[in-house]
Amino acid sequence: MSEVRFTDQHEWVRIEGDEATIGITKYAAEQLGDVVYVELPEAGHKVGAGGEAAVVESVKAASEVYAPVGGEVTTSNSALAEDPAKVNADPEGDGWFFKLKLADKSEFSKLMTAEQYAEFVKGL
Amino acid sequence: MAEPSEVLHKTPLHALHVELGAKMVPFSGYDMPVQYPAGILKEHLHTREKAGLFDVSHMGQAFLSGNDPARALERLTPADAIGLKPGLQRYGLLLNERGTIKDDFMFSRLVGETPLYLVVNAGTKHGDFDYIAGMLKGVAELEPRPDRALLALQGPAASAVLGRHSPGIAKLTFMQVARCTVAGAPAIVSRSGYTGEDGFEISLEGNHVLRIARALLAEPEVMPIGLGARDSLRLEAGLCLYGHDIDETVNPVEASLVWSIGKRRKLDKDFPAADKIMDLVFNGAAKKRVGIRPDGRAPAREGSEIADKSGRVIGKITSGGFGPTLNAPIAMGYVESAFAGDGSEIDVIVRGKPLPARVSPLPFVPHRYRRAV
Repeated sequence: MSEVRFTDQHEWVRIEGDEATIGITKYAAEQLGDVVYVELPEAGHKVGAGGEAAVVESVKAASEVYAPVGGEVTTSNSALAEDPAKVNADPEGDGWFFKLKLADKSEFSKLMTAEQYAEFVKGL
Repeated sequence: MAEPSEVLHKTPLHALHVELGAKMVPFSGYDMPVQYPAGILKEHLHTREKAGLFDVSHMGQAFLSGNDPARALERLTPADAIGLKPGLQRYGLLLNERGTIKDDFMFSRLVGETPLYLVVNAGTKHGDFDYIAGMLKGVAELEPRPDRALLALQGPAASAVLGRHSPGIAKLTFMQVARCTVAGAPAIVSRSGYTGEDGFEISLEGNHVLRIARALLAEPEVMPIGLGARDSLRLEAGLCLYGHDIDETVNPVEASLVWSIGKRRKLDKDFPAADKIMDLVFNGAAKKRVGIRPDGRAPAREGSEIADKSGRVIGKITSGGFGPTLNAPIAMGYVESAFAGDGSEIDVIVRGKPLPARVSPLPFVPHRYRRAV
C-alpha cells in the first residue's frame, strides 16, 4: 500500500516501503505556469527534511523544491530534462521529481494528509 | 498571491482582463494581466504564429507642442527629431545631463500637425513628464494624456485583422504612423511594437478602448496576451526593458544603442553629455550590452553574475529567461568589452555554479517588421 502526504511548500511525497517519491502538487504546477526547466539531485545525494533538493523553473521564475522527508536520493526523473512540460501535464504522476531512501519514517507522518492539504490550499 | 491594493491603478480594460480569467499582478503601479488561462508559452507562440492583443494603456502618452517641439526635444535626446518626416515614428533615448539613460521612448510626427506625439514607459512616466516639462519650459509645452488608452496588436496576422476594422491600414509600413478610425473610433495607429513581429500600436480615447479590444479579440486569429509573454517576446527580439537592461547607470554606448543617435546629432554634438558619449563611440566603452545563450537548458536570470573561464566576474545578466520560439534559455547582460564579441565564451553563474554560455548576436529571433521597400 502506498500513502501520499503533502507539505505547506506544495511538495507531495508517496511512500512505498522505505522508498519515498517526491514531486510538486497540482496547485504548485498551476501557480508556476509552464515549466521549462527542472534541476534534479543526483543519486547518492543526501538531503535532510526541508532541505533544498531540486529547482523548478517556469518562463517567469525559478523556485526551490524542498525534500519533505530526509534520506539518500536513489534516482531522479530524467524524462523531465527532455520534457519538463510533464510537470504541468501530470504533476502528481509522470511529473515526479526524485526518489529517496527514507531515513526516518516518523518525518512522513508529521506531513499533511490529502484532506488537510486541500483545506490548506483553500485558505490561500 | 498579491493582496488587492487600493494604490494600484487600473487601465480601462481591467474588468475585461478579469473577465478573461487573467492572473493579475502589480506592475509599474498598475494592476496588470501577467497571463491569461492559455499561459505564457502558448501566448508567446500564438503571437509569433497569428496575432496577440496587448493592453499597454499603462504606458505614458503625451503631446509636445510649441513653435518647434522637435528642436526642443533634441535638448533631451540624441535622436534626430528635427529630421523626422511627417507620418513617421522614431525610437529615442531620454538622457539626463550626465548622458545616462533616463528612459527610452517613441515619438511621432503626425501628418499636418506641429505637436509631437510621445509614448514613454509606464514606470517612469511621471518622472519623464516632469523632467521634459521642466527642462523645456518656455520653449515647448508637454501635455500628458492619461485619458488615452493604448493597445498593441502584434503578429503576422495583425495587418489582416486590423484591416477589417480600419480599411487601408495595411498600407502603413514599419514605423509609419497615422490618424485613422478603428471600428469607427478615432485612433492614432503606428506600425510598430515591442515583440519583433509585424504589428500595430493603437492609441484610443479611453472610453472607446473596451469596444475596440472586444472587436479585435472576436477575430479568430487574436488571443489576449499578458505581460509575461510580452517580456519573453521582447527578450527574443533583443529589445531593452527599461529599469532592467537600461537605466541611469548606463549610457547609450554601453547599452549598444548608438544606432538611436542621429547622424547629424553625432556631428553637431548638441545633446546631453555629447562630448563624453562621442568619445565613447570612437574609443569604446568599458562594458557593452550583449545577447547571451547558455549552452545548457538552465535559464540564467536577472542579477546572475557573468564570469570569464578563470572565474573572474566580468559582468551581470540584466534580463534572462526562456525563449519559447527557440525552446532554449536566452539572456541579455553587460560584459567587459573584451568579451562582447559574438561567440565569446563565458560562464553564467546560476545557483553558485558556472554554466558555459556564449555571447550571441541580437535579436535572438529575427525581426519580421514590414519595412518599406
